[in-house]
Amino acid sequence: MKHVVETREVAGQSPNWLLARLDDLVNWSRANSLWPMPFGTACCAIEFMATAASRFDFARFGMERQAFSPRQADVLICAGRLPFKLAPVIRRVYDQMPQPKWVISMGACASTGGIFDNYAMVQGIDTVVPVDVYVPGCPPRPEGLLYGVLLLQKKIKAESLRDRALRDEHPLDATGLRLPPEAIDEISEPFGNSVHQFRSA
Amino acid sequence: MNPSVDALRATFGPAIGRAVVARDGVSVVSVRPEPLVAVLAWLRDTVGERYDYLVDVTAVEYRDGERPLELVYFLRSLARRTDLRVKVDLELRGPLAVDSVVSLWAGANWLEREVFDMFGVTFRGHPDLRRILMWDTYAEGYPLRKDFPLRGRFSRAEQVRQALAANPEAHYSMEELSIAEAYDELPPDVKARLDQGERGTVADAP
Repeated sequence: MKHVVETREVAGQSPNWLLARLDDLVNWSRANSLWPMPFGTACCAIEFMATAASRFDFARFGMERQAFSPRQADVLICAGRLPFKLAPVIRRVYDQMPQPKWVISMGACASTGGIFDNYAMVQGIDTVVPVDVYVPGCPPRPEGLLYGVLLLQKKIKAESLRDRALRDEHPLDATGLRLPPEAIDEISEPFGNSVHQFRSA
Repeated sequence: MNPSVDALRATFGPAIGRAVVARDGVSVVSVRPEPLVAVLAWLRDTVGERYDYLVDVTAVEYRDGERPLELVYFLRSLARRTDLRVKVDLELRGPLAVDSVVSLWAGANWLEREVFDMFGVTFRGHPDLRRILMWDTYAEGYPLRKDFPLRGRFSRAEQVRQALAANPEAHYSMEELSIAEAYDELPPDVKARLDQGERGTVADAP
């Protein structure tokens, strides 16, 4: 972002004025104080811990405080594969987070199901909760997650306060899903090596 | 070959089937399903056998549909440092049921629940035979059976819908969530104190 705050001298008045767009100010404060809610289920969580620890230290980007309670969290980081048994859990965690909130899907399994194209695994957490940033990798290195965080900050800084729809809650609809069934089936289609599984149905 | 196999044959006769030594050197002995609990109790309690530790209970289904499903009990004698595996053949066409061994080893509780969840084998006399890995309302069948498709029976959307409809708190029985069941086993003085309304307190810091 080019200008968070710009100064402008107003003729005939004191120069001690700051003029800024409210959007920039709010987004600046939001983007630089993201409290992550770690939802670590697998090996990605190990990389997440490395990202949070001293060597990579994502506190540098304002994620100083990890919120282990969803009610104090801004960004849900799903680090690892999500089995169907945990689907209602992550949905409840997401529903308990107050607006504004964002979701990072960390790793191949959280984003697509990864190598686990089987009966037990959600094929991408976007079939359960909306996702803002996908971080590929198996698992992604800490630099990858940091890049994802920076992308999320970039996304937040482009948001507009006037767009109220961004902050709307979208609970599960009458069918108990957040997307139409056809969309979920399409997202979950096998790809890559999974299409060669001969026991699949 | 483990000498326990010969001792089993001498004691139970025709109830004991074939016996082989597996590649890892552990003897595997086949037993008829009916006297299974008696055989395992004998192996646990007889002096000289003392297979006092049930390492695992699992099952094997072969791709050949004519072969029976095999239930495998991994036994170990901690004192004698000896292993033995006991197999039970269950015909796939018949009822997949066998007597529970929870009365012999309390640790068999969850192991048998896992076999029930994954293979659909019923354990008669099990105190709490529920699914353990999949959730209670899972409706697609038994995932480790050969006729189970790798991706499950339902469409992905239906799987997501059913998973989201499940109650995350329903995986535990009321017994697991409360100490009500343990009350009878408390010592009498603790019971008396609880009855008087006494509850645990945290001591003040010195």
